[in-house]
Amino acid sequence: MTDRCVLDETAPTDWRTLTAAVAFVALMVALPAVVNPFHMTVLSLIFLFAYCGQAWNIMMGFAGQLSLGHALYFGVGSYIVAVLAQRYGISPWIGAVPAFVVCALLGAALAAVGFRFAVRGVYFALLTIAFAELVRILFEHWELIGKTGGFFLKALGADNNPLLSLRGGPLFTYYASLALLVISWVVAWRLLHSRTGYFWRAVREDEDAARALGVPAFRMKVLAVSISAGMTGVGGAWFGLINGSLFPETVLGMRMSIDLILAPIIGGLGSLFGPILGAFITVPLNELAKDLAQKYSLSGLNLLIYGLLLTLVVIAAPEGVWPKLVKAAKRLLPKGRRS
Amino acid sequence: MTSSNNTRGRPGRRPMLQAAVSASALSTLPFPSIMRAQGAPLKVGCILPLSGVLAFVGTATRRGTELAVKMYKEQGVNLEVSFVDTESKAENGRIAAEKLIREGNSILVGAWDSGTTISAAQAAEAAKVPLVVNIASAPQITEQGFTQVFRNFVTAPQLVANAVQRIKDLPRGGGFNPETAVLMHVNDTFGQSSRAAVAALWDRLGVGIKILDTISYDLRARDLSVEVAKARSTNADLVLPITRVNDAILIVREMVKQDWNPMAIIAPGSPGAYEKAFTDALGKYADDYIVCVPWWDPRQPIAKSVIDRFTKEYPKERFELNSGFGWEGIQVVADAFQRAGSSKPADLHAALRSTNIESHVMFGGPIRFDDKGQNNNIGGVMLQNQGTEPRVILPGDAQQAKPRLPHTPWSKRA
Amino acid sequence: MIDQYANIVAGGLLLGAVYALIATGLNIIFGVMRVVNFAHGEMVVIGMYTGYWAWSLVKLPPLAALPFAAALLFGLGYAFQRLLGNRFLTAPQHVQFILFIGLALMITGLHAMLFGPEPRGLQSEASFAVYRVGFLRLDATRVQAAVVAVILVAALGLWLRFSLTGKALKAAATNPVGGRAVGIRIPHLFAVTAGIGAACAGCAGVLVAPFFDTQPYLAADYTLLAFITVIVGGLASLPGAMLGGLLIGVAEALAAYTVAPSLKSLFSYALLIIVILARPVGLLGKPGDAH
Repeated sequence: MTDRCVLDETAPTDWRTLTAAVAFVALMVALPAVVNPFHMTVLSLIFLFAYCGQAWNIMMGFAGQLSLGHALYFGVGSYIVAVLAQRYGISPWIGAVPAFVVCALLGAALAAVGFRFAVRGVYFALLTIAFAELVRILFEHWELIGKTGGFFLKALGADNNPLLSLRGGPLFTYYASLALLVISWVVAWRLLHSRTGYFWRAVREDEDAARALGVPAFRMKVLAVSISAGMTGVGGAWFGLINGSLFPETVLGMRMSIDLILAPIIGGLGSLFGPILGAFITVPLNELAKDLAQKYSLSGLNLLIYGLLLTLVVIAAPEGVWPKLVKAAKRLLPKGRRS
Repeated sequence: MTSSNNTRGRPGRRPMLQAAVSASALSTLPFPSIMRAQGAPLKVGCILPLSGVLAFVGTATRRGTELAVKMYKEQGVNLEVSFVDTESKAENGRIAAEKLIREGNSILVGAWDSGTTISAAQAAEAAKVPLVVNIASAPQITEQGFTQVFRNFVTAPQLVANAVQRIKDLPRGGGFNPETAVLMHVNDTFGQSSRAAVAALWDRLGVGIKILDTISYDLRARDLSVEVAKARSTNADLVLPITRVNDAILIVREMVKQDWNPMAIIAPGSPGAYEKAFTDALGKYADDYIVCVPWWDPRQPIAKSVIDRFTKEYPKERFELNSGFGWEGIQVVADAFQRAGSSKPADLHAALRSTNIESHVMFGGPIRFDDKGQNNNIGGVMLQNQGTEPRVILPGDAQQAKPRLPHTPWSKRA
Repeated sequence: MIDQYANIVAGGLLLGAVYALIATGLNIIFGVMRVVNFAHGEMVVIGMYTGYWAWSLVKLPPLAALPFAAALLFGLGYAFQRLLGNRFLTAPQHVQFILFIGLALMITGLHAMLFGPEPRGLQSEASFAVYRVGFLRLDATRVQAAVVAVILVAALGLWLRFSLTGKALKAAATNPVGGRAVGIRIPHLFAVTAGIGAACAGCAGVLVAPFFDTQPYLAADYTLLAFITVIVGGLASLPGAMLGGLLIGVAEALAAYTVAPSLKSLFSYALLIIVILARPVGLLGKPGDAH
């Protein structure tokens, strides 16, 4: 994960990569025909964490700083949409906009303050943690959102229209989560190949040189964090709609911050697909661990497995599993096949 | 499902001796003495906190549940219960419910904690599977529009109303003349809804005792010395703690260390003091703590037989609120199963709506659910720890011991 | 009125001394090796379990269990650093983070699996003992903990100052290459550092086991507390760790008392943010120390 920790798309994507991506999406679209509702629920969760992983990746890749407090945006976004929907009857479609904007502003604020004071490394990570924890404690005392008692969305009536309320059964949730992931994937892809993307790369490669060439480095870094935060906020909102109940400890806690970064780190930060693969590894493993823990009364098994996975990846495959797989695949194929 | 008519009078396949023994123990069980045909068992899913902060009370509830299943099985009502542990985390309620529904359970029982129960109710609602709430007091559970929820427990306002009534009934005099109080509560769904209930009902019911301050603390707090110091600085006559188990122990320990002796410690509807873990951990310091909760009815013959059986099965444990409602939860399920004559969730749901059980273990009128799924007939008693055992001190006609007031100073305890 | 505040402040100071011990451990690891030990809280919890089981199984009081915990944690820290940690000394910080987070998750998971997630309180007559000094009511177990913590920190400070190993550590911290050039065995020395850091955390754990219920999930709180203390007090400064610990202890107690107990961590985090932005070297740190 040394210098390969950043999104690296230096040339326009070739048709082979595009075909692979389209094929993957097509497969996901067809999957519900052969899997049961429980699997669909797990897959929805995979898509959600893949989406959040891509969002986090943007910050890590282009602002170059480790954020251990992304739960801040996840939680704030989830509460905004839930409260607006439940208490004020505002559709989640509309509610998603303030969720994105508020979280983007929070991210921008944090980044601006951090970068202005040249906070780096440990200190930056601790700053992100401190902000997330601060907001969590505040939310735990906020009457409007039910404090620690939790905020609960009303039960779905028989007249519920999933397309309006954005809440429905496993099949609806599956396709909605997939749609979210695909949209973010396409947006991130186009963003990387845009002017902003080129500036981001310039800043990442050599900040001073970029500045000398007139690239507004500070603004670009803050923008990266901002977009990452806004996207995560929308992810949190979706989580709230799927779950139906929100607790500050869950959506704003350190556990969530760690869960959000597991998929991208294990999958690989060097590409857009890494976080997706990472989610396909971490989420089912978590489910399996929880199942085993129930059966054999081994509470905490999922923590052990996560820890083991992280440690192994950091030692053996620091860039992530996906780049390792790609490298291995390239060695097997005769002609260099870009991925 | 075969009808039960053609088994009238037949004792079934069990040996006569066993039948005689269990028949005598259960002769007061509230269902017809017709033996049910040995049909397919009803799969019941039970959601409880079996590890984590609430492990102790969750396990106590489990004991009551398992005892009831056993006793009903001996009577020919075949229930197959699977347990899922929520690890004392509220959001796991939904996950647990979904898992149990996936595994083919037609009815759910749970989940002890209010946040967990609401979370589970959402899953039950989505799948149209009935959820019998054995213990959980947040009002939202029956106010969120859930159609599948049947709660056989009091709501926080009911708890507090019962408590306030008992507090008014406590005999004044001999140094016990409280005018002020300080409220301490745990900061979770249950604690907050209880606090809201106190705020709404206290003055309205004319208790005549002024609450000087309200202090909340984190459920997972490792140290409550500052909280207790803060409460102490109010110089209130009464302490009203709304707690779980560990925090109740911490609070009393701190009170002993800070040598704070109020006129009485009265918990207006909260777990903690009557648990065995509490009395074991604090020994002589556990005495004189008063708590107002629903409890088993010492006058009901069925209560006596269940407790006798419990003492035989679990000699080292105490039959209290958790085991009691755990038992009753299964009673409700078994009763509905019998009347429905089917394992289909929809049939069970219909049977649950018309529940009317007269002879049951816990204090209160017949078990009946209103159209929101709430049982409004559950009463509360006032318990006081004496000789490290909780004893009923009010109401008068169920009294097991006289109230010891005011509270014996810590330093004077034998 | 004044006696209530005095009691609160006294309690905060006593607790702060233990925080200082935890922070000292982190300070040594971070100060010497520039390693971000996100698993520090887990070592405290290992110490807590050691203290708990020592009492529950063989009725060994905390003070007697202390050497065992210290030895155990030293061994674990040394082994870890030698086998794994040394390989990551030059790795980018985010890689180190992830390694230690992975480690932390594993240890917490193991604790939960082996000992269960329920909080375990050490029950003994000592739990109720109180020393009375004027109008001060001091919790006996906390006084013990604080006194031992201060002694340990002071002893460690002296050892680092005057012993050969201590001086070598300082040399290795400021100039690893030069250190190697004059024959200092850096891998061994860094492993010793890790061992000492872990031992500090473990001892603190044993000391708090009598008054804080032991459970696996406390670790994250302790890690963050250690970092807050180290950053506020000043990196690579032992007096800084002591000052930071006492300050945080008192600040939390006062905040809990005057505002609301459930908000007490809010102030520690706010303080952390202010210090990171305004004076990252901390109160007693020297400029240029901050990475």
